[in-house]
Amino acid sequence: MTTAVTELPATETTAAAPVALNFDELLTRVHAIGREVLAVHANDVDRLARFPAESIEAMKEAQLLSAYVPTEYGGMGLNIVEISRICEALGNYCGSSAMIYAMHCIQVACVVHHAQHSSYFRRYLKQLVEEQRLMASATTEIGTGGDLRSSICAIEVNGDCFTVTKKAPVISYGEYSDDLLLTCRSGPNSPASEQVHVMVRRGEYIAEPLSTWDTMGFRGTCSSGFTVSAHGSTDQILPTPFNDILSLTMHPYSHIVWGALWTGIAADAVNQARAFVRAEARKTPGETPISAIRLAEVDLVLQEMRHNVYGLAREYNELLKGGCPGQIHGFGFSIRTNNLKLSCSQRIVEIVGQALLICGISGYRNDSKFSLSRHLRDAYGAALMVNNDRITKLNATMLLAHREGN
Amino acid sequence: MTESTLESTVDTTAVREVLAQHGRLTVDISTLDVDFDLYGAGLTSLATVGIMLALEDRFEVEFPESMLSRSTFRSVASIAEAVAKLAG
Repeated sequence: MTTAVTELPATETTAAAPVALNFDELLTRVHAIGREVLAVHANDVDRLARFPAESIEAMKEAQLLSAYVPTEYGGMGLNIVEISRICEALGNYCGSSAMIYAMHCIQVACVVHHAQHSSYFRRYLKQLVEEQRLMASATTEIGTGGDLRSSICAIEVNGDCFTVTKKAPVISYGEYSDDLLLTCRSGPNSPASEQVHVMVRRGEYIAEPLSTWDTMGFRGTCSSGFTVSAHGSTDQILPTPFNDILSLTMHPYSHIVWGALWTGIAADAVNQARAFVRAEARKTPGETPISAIRLAEVDLVLQEMRHNVYGLAREYNELLKGGCPGQIHGFGFSIRTNNLKLSCSQRIVEIVGQALLICGISGYRNDSKFSLSRHLRDAYGAALMVNNDRITKLNATMLLAHREGN
Repeated sequence: MTESTLESTVDTTAVREVLAQHGRLTVDISTLDVDFDLYGAGLTSLATVGIMLALEDRFEVEFPESMLSRSTFRSVASIAEAVAKLAG
């Protein structure tokens, strides 16, 4: 019997392909963009819950939107570990900008991993590089209770054209994206779980607002709800069932890049705490301030969080390089991916909370340079975006079958 | 593979009963051929957990981790084959 599991194309850079900057130089540039652009606007973006247009523009100028696109299309051909490091770096300066970048990279990965055998999507990847197009996602739907694996709306194909209408409760930066990857049933008679992933392009869809985005944190992601009515060519349907795209790419890639950007937010909170402790230490030379003990404790948790992210990122990268879809589909890897999300979303709250204790009232104030208000509000979102209870329940079910080490 | 070549090893009727009860399929299992791709009939990897537990109970076998793959649960035939191997 043959297994019809989707083969994953290699995402490694080809040796001959020119890369303008080596990765360390690129990361230095990302930090410079972070300091000079993201950090400058972060408070304004947060206060007004506005799209961080300056950040995304700066990322486009640095060609970061095609960082995960293979070099043969003109992209940087970076791997998931390197993309994670960029997300972490951006997270140091503006959580919303980092989240938008991470979400864009997830969509790019879906195309890179699952659509390169389509001439339409090969052309798209080149266009993405040239125009630095911003990709968004419409996976959740009103009425499915947050289950990505089922859709109510269905694509209707007529000759070479399709139409689809979806009520999406959340489309992050939907108003500002160039293209959307949307899930729907594969036809009007298909069951809820038989889904396809379709790219809809700016100019080919109308988005009517359903809800606004006025939240505690990640306010700049502008994740309002919309009814999307789209049309296009059937070439725009990804040539891989959504089930495989979710399991092989969207699920692991999301939790890794989210974990990375949350680590960036947590690390910035620790940096603020460190600056605060240092200022205390200067007041009492020769004596280690008591808050330094707390700093040592929180630094340990941050290290665990970061290692957890990169441990799984490296494992995923190896599985991609080795073309091992069976292992990515397996319960073991899924459980570890879910554990990463559960752990990171709790650690970020713990770390920012500890940093707040260190900075004291200066961290609690909104008008202080040590303010941790945005970090703390962003941190609490991590457990809610794909609710931790849902993930824990999935792991509980999978653990009934999974056995460690055999 | 036909139903009859499997009969000597594992009762595919029993496999079908387990699938009917735990498969959460979108199609009536009795209408599907032994080689029909169950993932195409709405089978999810989470539902395979219930199927596995029911098979272990019914046939008094234990699935090792290595057999908890998509290929094992792909069809009535592949499930029957796996159970036959474990019971063998």
